[in-house]
Amino acid sequence: MRWLTLMEKLRSPLMVLPAVGVIVILFFGGLLVGLQQSLGYFPAIDSYEVTLRYYQDVLSDPIFFESLWQTFRLALLSTVMSSVLAIALALVLRDTFKGSRFFTFMFQLSIPIPHLVAAAGIVLLVTQSGLLARGAYALGLIAAPRDFPVLVFDRAGIAIQLTYLWKEVPFIGVVVLAVLQGIGPQYEEIARTLGANAWQRFRYVLLPLIMPGVLSTSIIVFAYVFSSYEIPLLLGVRFPTTLPVLAFQNYQDPDLAQRPQAMAMSIILTVIAIVLLIAYKRLAKYTVSR
Amino acid sequence: MKKALRWVILIGIVIVSIAPILPQFIWSFSHRWLFPALLPTTWSTEPWEYVMTPSSRVGEGFANSLAIAVVVSIFSILVGLPAARALALHDFRGKSAVEWLLMVPIIVPGIVATMGIHQVFIRLNLTDTFIGVCLVHLIPCIPYMVLVMSSVFANYGTDLEDTARTLGAGPLNVLRYVTLPGILPGLLVATMFTFLISWGQYITTVLIGGGVIITLPMVLFPFISGTNYATAAAVSLIFVAPAVLVLFFTSRQLGRESSVMGGFGRL
Repeated sequence: MRWLTLMEKLRSPLMVLPAVGVIVILFFGGLLVGLQQSLGYFPAIDSYEVTLRYYQDVLSDPIFFESLWQTFRLALLSTVMSSVLAIALALVLRDTFKGSRFFTFMFQLSIPIPHLVAAAGIVLLVTQSGLLARGAYALGLIAAPRDFPVLVFDRAGIAIQLTYLWKEVPFIGVVVLAVLQGIGPQYEEIARTLGANAWQRFRYVLLPLIMPGVLSTSIIVFAYVFSSYEIPLLLGVRFPTTLPVLAFQNYQDPDLAQRPQAMAMSIILTVIAIVLLIAYKRLAKYTVSR
Repeated sequence: MKKALRWVILIGIVIVSIAPILPQFIWSFSHRWLFPALLPTTWSTEPWEYVMTPSSRVGEGFANSLAIAVVVSIFSILVGLPAARALALHDFRGKSAVEWLLMVPIIVPGIVATMGIHQVFIRLNLTDTFIGVCLVHLIPCIPYMVLVMSSVFANYGTDLEDTARTLGAGPLNVLRYVTLPGILPGLLVATMFTFLISWGQYITTVLIGGGVIITLPMVLFPFISGTNYATAAAVSLIFVAPAVLVLFFTSRQLGRESSVMGGFGRL
């Protein structure tokens, strides 16, 4: 009998153990190795002394701060624009009307498409000789490719943001749509009978209900863009590039002595991401509860 | 007026959704297509012929990507399903810590972990190997599996299983005839997510695979950066084919089963 209760007690921990084990060993193990190396503990190059030198090196480098700002700016803009657009489009798509299933399917279309394919598609559209420029020429809006605005390899990172918007709006939107379909129309009906106008119904009835979903998904999107590598490498300027690109460049340098610096850079990026996400969650919770 | 605005938005959604994909079909059959021509001036099947040759490495990349994504998805199910069930249906000591541990890889950038693992894998001779790449892909995949499936399990509950058990069904029969059919739609979507996360991985594969394990995104990347758009488009379309296939089979669950996507709202 005692064995049975013991088994009962151990059941849940045993069920989560494999998943926790893999994540702890791979993710947190990797994190620990990275942290050690950023502090100068790097046996492969006979460096055992613990030092903050690499952090000082990184923090005294203006290139680091330019990249950090670029990374932050891209992540913030992509996340805010994706969230706002996703909410707006989900509100349009939630009604059942003729063809609503077709339009919802089209809306979801970009979710399974890999980011690299999206990037290729955006490039074909928005370069100075891309399809949009050709359309503008056909309409007589521009006379030559150079009249078309520079949207790829630009400092503002327009093509990068377009790629993320195209990918992330449906991701957030589908979650919002699922929440909206779950709550149904009755709350709004009550608010309407109580005299709330369209804006009030959205702001005080719907928004608090969909906010948790928007919050969670926008955190995922922010973290994703903040640590993205291939899209800014492919569509962005060489300088200022994003921090992950800079860190991997340093990491893959044949000179192994560059690695601790790459690690220090990545650790700083990680800490900033965590601080921003915690602050965002606090702030958003506070705003919703008011 | 309001109705007209809605149709404008809906048609906008359709256009924007297909705008980056549809032109790639035309590009992949183009030979000469210079500004300002709206359609190719000469057409050719050359990009597709090239993609079929072994030297393009598209076939090799496709096979590797597929094998890795399948292995990673199966392993994510085996490891993630029990964890998701325990988190959704049982209370136990340290539950919130476990929840937190399993969500961290979704919201904390994986860049440090990837570099750290690379160092460890060098010592373990796991770099440049198929298994090494699979292992590093598990890091983002398992948390998504647990996130989606714990929401599905919580929504499904245990009532039906309890009823089956009272009626005399053994554990295997309950699993086979009650639990699995009940969670299958959600599991399909969760597996789609893990498959696609692995399918789209780039820098982790480059680093751990060391250029020995070639996957499709690694084949595609140089064609885009080298502005070889016709070939890039052909490879792109091959890269996107399984994804569209997967969406076709799971889109109903994606839209209708709110518990599946609801998992993302509980982070």
